[in-house]
Amino acid sequence: MRFIFKTDYDQDIRLLKHGGHAFWYGLLLVAVLLAPVAVDDYYIGQLTQLAIFAMAGLGLMLLVGYTGLVSLGHAAFMGIGAYTEAVLLERGVPFLISLPVSAGLAAAVGIVVGLPALRLAGIYLAIATLAFAIIIEEVLARWESVTHGFTGMVVEPISVFGYELSEGADFYYLSVGLLILIVLMSLNLLRSPTGRAMVAIRDSEIAAQSTGIHVAKYKTIAFAISAGITGLAGALWAHKLGFLSPESFTVLQSIELLVLVVVGGVGSIHGAIFGAVFVVALPQLLAVGKGYLPTNVADAPGLEAGVFGLVLVLFILLEPMGIYGRWVKIRTYFSLFPLYKKASFKRQKTYLKSERLR
Amino acid sequence: MTFFRAENLAIQFGGLRAVDGVSFEVREGEVYSIIGPNGAGKTTVFNLISRIYDPSAGRVVFQERDITGVPPHRIAGLGIARTFQNIELFQNSTVLQNLLLGRHEHRRSNLFSEMLFLPHVRRMEVAHREKVEEVIEFLGLQHHRESRVSGLPYGIAKVVELGRALCTEPKLLLLDEPSSGLNPEESEDMAFWIEDIQKDLGITVLMVEHNMSLVAEVSDRVLAMNDGRVLAEGTPQEVQQHEAVIKAYLGG
Amino acid sequence: MLQFVQLVLNGSSIGCIYALVALGFVLIYKATEVVNFAQGELMMFGAFFAYTLITLFGFSYWIGAAGAILGMMAFGYLLDRVVLRPVLGQPAFAMIMLTIGIGYVSRSVAGLVPGWGTAAYAIDTPFSAEGLPLLTTAETSLVISEQNLSIIGATVLFCAVLFAFFRYTRIGVAMQATSQNQLAAYYMGIPVKSVFSLIWAISAGVAAAAGVLLAPITLIDTNMGFIGLKAFPAAVLGGFGSIPGAIVGGLTIGIIESLAGFYLPQGFKDIAAYIVLLAVLVLRPEGLFGQATRKKV
Repeated sequence: MRFIFKTDYDQDIRLLKHGGHAFWYGLLLVAVLLAPVAVDDYYIGQLTQLAIFAMAGLGLMLLVGYTGLVSLGHAAFMGIGAYTEAVLLERGVPFLISLPVSAGLAAAVGIVVGLPALRLAGIYLAIATLAFAIIIEEVLARWESVTHGFTGMVVEPISVFGYELSEGADFYYLSVGLLILIVLMSLNLLRSPTGRAMVAIRDSEIAAQSTGIHVAKYKTIAFAISAGITGLAGALWAHKLGFLSPESFTVLQSIELLVLVVVGGVGSIHGAIFGAVFVVALPQLLAVGKGYLPTNVADAPGLEAGVFGLVLVLFILLEPMGIYGRWVKIRTYFSLFPLYKKASFKRQKTYLKSERLR
Repeated sequence: MTFFRAENLAIQFGGLRAVDGVSFEVREGEVYSIIGPNGAGKTTVFNLISRIYDPSAGRVVFQERDITGVPPHRIAGLGIARTFQNIELFQNSTVLQNLLLGRHEHRRSNLFSEMLFLPHVRRMEVAHREKVEEVIEFLGLQHHRESRVSGLPYGIAKVVELGRALCTEPKLLLLDEPSSGLNPEESEDMAFWIEDIQKDLGITVLMVEHNMSLVAEVSDRVLAMNDGRVLAEGTPQEVQQHEAVIKAYLGG
Repeated sequence: MLQFVQLVLNGSSIGCIYALVALGFVLIYKATEVVNFAQGELMMFGAFFAYTLITLFGFSYWIGAAGAILGMMAFGYLLDRVVLRPVLGQPAFAMIMLTIGIGYVSRSVAGLVPGWGTAAYAIDTPFSAEGLPLLTTAETSLVISEQNLSIIGATVLFCAVLFAFFRYTRIGVAMQATSQNQLAAYYMGIPVKSVFSLIWAISAGVAAAAGVLLAPITLIDTNMGFIGLKAFPAAVLGGFGSIPGAIVGGLTIGIIESLAGFYLPQGFKDIAAYIVLLAVLVLRPEGLFGQATRKKV
């Protein structure tokens, strides 16, 4: 087991805690950069999708995992980002402006949606966000003069100073680059007062208030950042899809993002990435697995959703900390070998800790 | 000029007058204790001061400023920190993170500089850690610096909460039953810390406490309450011998 | 005017379905603090059970309906016993996700069961869909179908039975006690965990009843459970912890929908419930029947 002897406050603050970190993340970065050379176009497309989902998931993670506010309607922010991007490009706004505006508009809507969050607790907030998402879905479908309704709309390609970036390796680098930026930004935020304030609100609002945290303000900030990041992912997703229709941003999509967060590991940045890997890889794995199933089962239309749900149920029952939690356990097992005990991570039993306020 | 003063504080819950016209003054630099049987309204007074409840009458004045209308999150910034009866810590964070949260009011950065982690944010973070380290040293929490709060024994968590309050660099510290749930040895430590906080750090302490030996040991003055009203005020000895106080505790 | 009354009447019957599903949410939430996002899927299963008994096995409507309700009660009991009890006391978010997962799996399983599949089915009921005139004027008449009457009547009946159960039976009172304070109930010797399972059974039974009643109106298919999303606003409107609130909330949502479908432009019918919900949450966050509470420190 590695023991870090701290001699400097800066050691506590920096992102890469030790040489091992630098080495492995450096290696990952090289692999990510070289991917277009090494694998063919199909997988680059999948990796791009992974980066976009990871970004959307990261947005939701900041809200759910770090601030403790549940949103059942995050696909709506993706939808707002995506449609804003498509509509602006259609009107001839350059990409370098349309992209930040898309994220900004999603963030602004996030603030409005967050307003009830200042007064609502737990389940009420979840249902309010659900209601919001259903309304947005309907607006996207009915506001035909702008969104073209169910006819859908074609997303114009990205063009920056004459370079086309909408496809293949170019779009991959764009998506991954933005993802890295967003991850770094989130990490910075989490090691600063704002990030700590968000975590504080998650754990105890009353104590947060007593240390001077303006709970309403930070909840609003969390909503804005979360919606903005998810909106940005939505804008990129619009380009990946190439064609938008309201059916791309339904409640089921919102739930998929939540599953991403839970399966990846609530409350960790790694979790958002791992979760995205799960969401993108599951259909691929299923396609392979279908070959071994009886045809009537393999062809059932609900199979993918069913497996999705089953994995979710199993994670909550068996590994509530998600893939990242499992990974930490495996790592700890090897670094402590042979001293690892199951109890090292024993889940604390709580006898129905009431969230009701009485 | 009075340092801190409560004037005629009152609040009702439904028909119950939880606090009913309580007035008292705290002088700068003293340890002032509020005692009384369960349900006397002591914690409610604290909640009125830290603005968790709005009083139905009366006002709270701190350093000649009426703070009755100040929003609750501004209280810490004015220099009033508090602890809670049943510990309100950030359970899933480390001790260090909890203490750093006490520094919230001393942040000098905005959202954008934090996202980019500009050099002045880094310098500020280092400065916060220096201050937190002073508090860790003061309370002897070195061993627990990196531990998660949820795994700490109750006694230690209590000290961490005290530490978080100290990190805000308060002028007035409200302690809600600092010794409840502590064993005699830990209570003894708590008494020493309260004395040190008063003498070495120069912080005025207002506390609610049941443990009479702790109260007698550290308090300069004591206020006894029952049924939302003041029974007596004075030195610990005076209050302990006061007829109405004895009656309230023994019943009758 | 008669038009308006007719719309209210039409809305009430679908509102009764919302009310029954919302009732299921509220029963479970009050007792166990779990928000069951799979309530709609329980209803879907109930409808399929009835379909299996009536259409596939040829039993009468009444036996089929009773069988479906009893079958779902057993299913609800087992669901709690096997899936939910092991994770009792996890944070609310985990429980929400768990029930969402259960909903996904349920839809998928229903699609795989031989004879169910993904088509839409009807069941024969003794109630006709034809309108009975209640009041006739020169221009129009106020009508209500036997079908709608059966829904309203059955809802009233179920509410009365539940009321009597919670009020007068020993186990019903124990359930009330449990939902008010689990720890105290536990100390009084009430087997809290078994009470939870029973609550799940009752809630699933109510959902099955809603499914059987809804079947003639919307047909039975694996996605009929999405009606649960409409029952959320109903439950919230009623304060989420209040049983009469759930009934009133359900009726309100049904009537609002019916009115919005007629008086407002196309598209508003489906979202009217949610607009009302957001308005209520902003103006009165604890719901129409809820009580404002705050954490004690």
